[in-house]
Amino acid sequence: MENKGILIYVEREGGRVHPICYELLGKGRDLADKTDSKVSCAVLGSGITETAQELVAYGADTVYVYDDESLATFDSLAHKQNLVSLISEVQPAIVMFGSTLTGKALAPRVATAVEAGLTSNCTALELQEDGSLLQVRPAFTGNFLAHVKTSSDITMVTVRYRALEAGQKDEGRKGEIVKKGVEKVDSGVKVLGKGEAKPASIAGADIVVCAGRGLRNADDFELVQQLADALGGVVGATRPLVDDGWISKDHQVGFSGTIVKPKLYVGVGVSGSPQHLAGIRDSGTIVAINSDPSVALFRIADYAVVGDLYQVIPQMIELLKKK
Amino acid sequence: MHIIVLAKQVPDIEKVKFLRETNRVDRKSADSEINPFDLNALEAAQQMKEQLGATVTVISMGPQSAEAVLREGIARDADRGILLYDDSFAGADTLATSYTLAAAIRKVGDFDLILCGETTVDGDTGQVGPGLAERLGVSLLPFVSELTKVSTDKVTAVTETSAGSLSVEASFPLLITGTKELNTPRLPTLKEKLRARKAEVEKWTAADLGDVDPVKLGIAGSATWVESIALPPEKKRKGEVLQGEDAASQLVAALDKAGLLKG
Ligand SMILES: Cc1cc2nc3c(=O)[nH]c(=O)nc-3n(C[C@H](O)[C@H](O)[C@H](O)COP(=O)(O)OP(=O)(O)OC[C@H]3O[C@@H](n4cnc5c(N)ncnc54)[C@H](O)[C@@H]3O)c2cc1C
Repeated sequence: MENKGILIYVEREGGRVHPICYELLGKGRDLADKTDSKVSCAVLGSGITETAQELVAYGADTVYVYDDESLATFDSLAHKQNLVSLISEVQPAIVMFGSTLTGKALAPRVATAVEAGLTSNCTALELQEDGSLLQVRPAFTGNFLAHVKTSSDITMVTVRYRALEAGQKDEGRKGEIVKKGVEKVDSGVKVLGKGEAKPASIAGADIVVCAGRGLRNADDFELVQQLADALGGVVGATRPLVDDGWISKDHQVGFSGTIVKPKLYVGVGVSGSPQHLAGIRDSGTIVAINSDPSVALFRIADYAVVGDLYQVIPQMIELLKKK
Repeated sequence: MHIIVLAKQVPDIEKVKFLRETNRVDRKSADSEINPFDLNALEAAQQMKEQLGATVTVISMGPQSAEAVLREGIARDADRGILLYDDSFAGADTLATSYTLAAAIRKVGDFDLILCGETTVDGDTGQVGPGLAERLGVSLLPFVSELTKVSTDKVTAVTETSAGSLSVEASFPLLITGTKELNTPRLPTLKEKLRARKAEVEKWTAADLGDVDPVKLGIAGSATWVESIALPPEKKRKGEVLQGEDAASQLVAALDKAGLLKG
């Protein structure tokens, strides 16, 4: 395969580069070094030019900057249009996106426009001896891993946050920053207002305390929050609690919610359904607190605490406060 | 006003078994159902029809059994159900699927709005909706969790983005992918179900789609394939059981020792 390099779409979230981009850069740099090719980034937005240097420090050889008022809020049509032009100009072999809501809206449009195969939600990318890219993605609620290959000239992927290692930052690294003219597209979509900002993402948290149906009522999230605070973590929940409106969807841990990979996961009153386990399997240390010793979560736990969460949690909070 | 809803038949994902020899699901191992997110799309279309008097067409690509999905749509007040069924459609990845659906939609004619679910529970790619918007050259509102206001030429909606939700206004023609939060799908009444059972479901083959390029259909038109399936590596876990009076203090001590407590 003639390798024409790797292009990374740089997503911005609330005024900063989404951390997934540094992970994509880590992988992109590695693949480029192995194939003797280059990594470039495309960053689109308004007032973003200063982020380019940062991307170079994380491993980009070239950063294409599309800085224009019209790109201030994400619009799939406008971003697609500019990316497709760039792709036909630089002819990359691989195009990578984060598997975020933005990436998932954009990548299929771009892939379809250039008739490229796209594999979404990848958790690993491996260069094969023949130069092709093996893409690993969870299938069937994460019970299996599918190994996917692409036959089109361009291989496109979206990659799950926290699946790959971020690249090393090196301020001394040199790269080229190219300012591009922006193609303006009127998609007929007008932003009227912004909703509440998202709470601290559970996807990026080092410690997640996740409540399940063992919780008796919505007010008892207070207790779970206290434990999370004492541990320095964030609160998550199983789907039934989200469905009942006890807590927002942003907190849902699991296959149809957020996949988490914290250093420490603590499940309280969580049974460990396959859909839930698919979202926590790669956590560092797993703690389960449950009154029923036979639950599935205990089978993948490092520490299985058999007990009533209403007794164990207050005791833990007391002990942690003394630390 | 013409609304098109896309729906897919999926296996009951909680029960389905997988055939490792063929890298495919064993369709016989579980019942089939309509992709749950597509029910939200159908409900949204039904509500719009009630408010504004729209015509609703449901389209599905799939095996013959997927006719059931179109009857689900008709029971939910869709005027027309079209099954895209042809051996040449089989084995399609999302690129080939969006190609086939786009051809069918062009054949159906003008539309104002296309509604689909944010993803399917079996493939879990979420790629077909946005890909189809691209093929048809229309705007996309992805991950819509609320349709605030609908009129005959535009919608006001809440769309979920990585940075939070946005309230947006978008004019037709438009493709919307809906989340589970979009609405609570109603169950059809017995009468509606009976009517749907008797209704005609149109069956279209590749020949009915008119001017399509056969190499863009099904497996031939797919740019990705599953080479193999593996079991995820299981992490080795300590499996220490803590119980009794001092379980909490044993746990805290263990976490402390593992360096997992802050400060
Ligand atoms: C398509 C699909 C997608 C899904 N996606 C997700 C997902 O993303 N995330 C998710 O979480 N679920 C998901 N689910 C739902 C999933 O199947 C389970 O229903 C859910 O995970 C169960 O949540 P739970 O463990 O809180 O509840 P339960 O299974 O009811 O478990 C409650 C546990 O609490 C324990 N308990 C009760 N009282 C106490 C007490 N006082 N002290 C200690 N323990 C106590 C019980 O022993 C029990 O084990 C999905 C389902 C489907 C069909």
